[in-house]
Amino acid sequence: MIPAPFDYVRPGSVEEACQALAADEDAKVLAGGQSLLPLLRLRLAYPSTLVDIGRLPELSGVHDRDDHVYIGAMTTHDDVLRSPVIHGACPLVALAAATVADPAVRHRGTFGGSLAHGDPAGDLPAVVLALDAVLVARSARGEREIPAAEFFADYLETALEPDEILAGVRIPKLGPGWGYHYEKFHRTAQAWAVVGVAAAVKRSDGGIEEARIGLTNMGATPVRARAAEAALRGAEAGDRVRAACEEAAADTSPPADLHAQPDYRRHLARVLTHRAVRTAAGWG
Amino acid sequence: MPRIAITVDGIKHEEDVEPRLLLVHLLRDRLGRTGTPVGCDTTNCGACTVMLDGRSVKSCSVLAVQADGCDVVTIEGLGANGSLHPMQQAFHEEHALQCGYCTPGMVMAAIDLLRDDPDPSEETIRRGLEGNLCRCTGYCNIVRAVRRGAQEMGQAVRTP
Repeated sequence: MIPAPFDYVRPGSVEEACQALAADEDAKVLAGGQSLLPLLRLRLAYPSTLVDIGRLPELSGVHDRDDHVYIGAMTTHDDVLRSPVIHGACPLVALAAATVADPAVRHRGTFGGSLAHGDPAGDLPAVVLALDAVLVARSARGEREIPAAEFFADYLETALEPDEILAGVRIPKLGPGWGYHYEKFHRTAQAWAVVGVAAAVKRSDGGIEEARIGLTNMGATPVRARAAEAALRGAEAGDRVRAACEEAAADTSPPADLHAQPDYRRHLARVLTHRAVRTAAGWG
Repeated sequence: MPRIAITVDGIKHEEDVEPRLLLVHLLRDRLGRTGTPVGCDTTNCGACTVMLDGRSVKSCSVLAVQADGCDVVTIEGLGANGSLHPMQQAFHEEHALQCGYCTPGMVMAAIDLLRDDPDPSEETIRRGLEGNLCRCTGYCNIVRAVRRGAQEMGQAVRTP
């Protein structure tokens, strides 16, 4: 379908973009457009104005900082995949980005856009949650840091205020000894995850010292599998790891839709978490 | 109404566009480039794939205003002097199409995947074409065509 009419502004700076958002409460940020344009075409969204932040260089790029990697919100998934810094310092981001949709969508879709969209079926939200990333928001009022654990508020809702723009994300460097894996289950090549598991695992002495697990599409927001994380602490390879991963769906409220009922999603979360943890630990 | 400058298949255009106009509709309805079809309208099928500044995009998921100042190549801009592009020729030779609706997008996606790997394996081709659906062929001939097109394009580079 043809989208409903809207006004279009292309600000020349982040400040101008913030002003445009502040001036119109029904305005919406246009990043890569790979989630927003389908919504407009299906007439599921009716913004009055699109504020196109696609040509603001200060919002793009990957920067290697002391204790973290800073990913500009407008960095495309494709650019994330081509970044040696990300592959070196936070490979979990690349592992998940590689599974987003398809190459053409990854050329346009952005890292920040997929977070600000707040879709629990998106692959990157569970990753930033698992890595305890910090999201940096800008508005006419200044800059604000939002921990990933507080960012995802509800289905397609985030902690961003209507006049705030997600400027970038700080991914803490976890240091040596960590392994990573993103395990995604979907029915067709480019489909959304029925369930996905982002795992970061620190090994020591043949066992697991610490595990961080983010779950995709197991609730209205991405969630941490805290019970499994606790059970994995100190677990050695084998039955104890398997038993710990049985806790992966604890305290989740997965959705029911065309692809899966909640009980099947819980089953998937347990199986996929075991696979993700084993692979991240190097036992895959 | 925003005015945009856009180069399509080597020809410069200036157009006044409604912000909601999709790139694919600009190409088809305003510039007459009907070689790029509209397939699913939901960013799934890839039939409308074109090159935007050298990268494959689904032109149903880009606004025309977002392509302001950009260089677009469609399926109609590939051939030169009345001959098919080697990838088009390979699709013809390998019977990589039946109804042909997905073919423009398939060919564009195939050329795009060769930028990263000029001699792709079957697995690489299948991954590179993940965003392009074909409901006729079962993909086997398409994969063969992309391998053949890659070889022909490699030849073309080596031949002075």
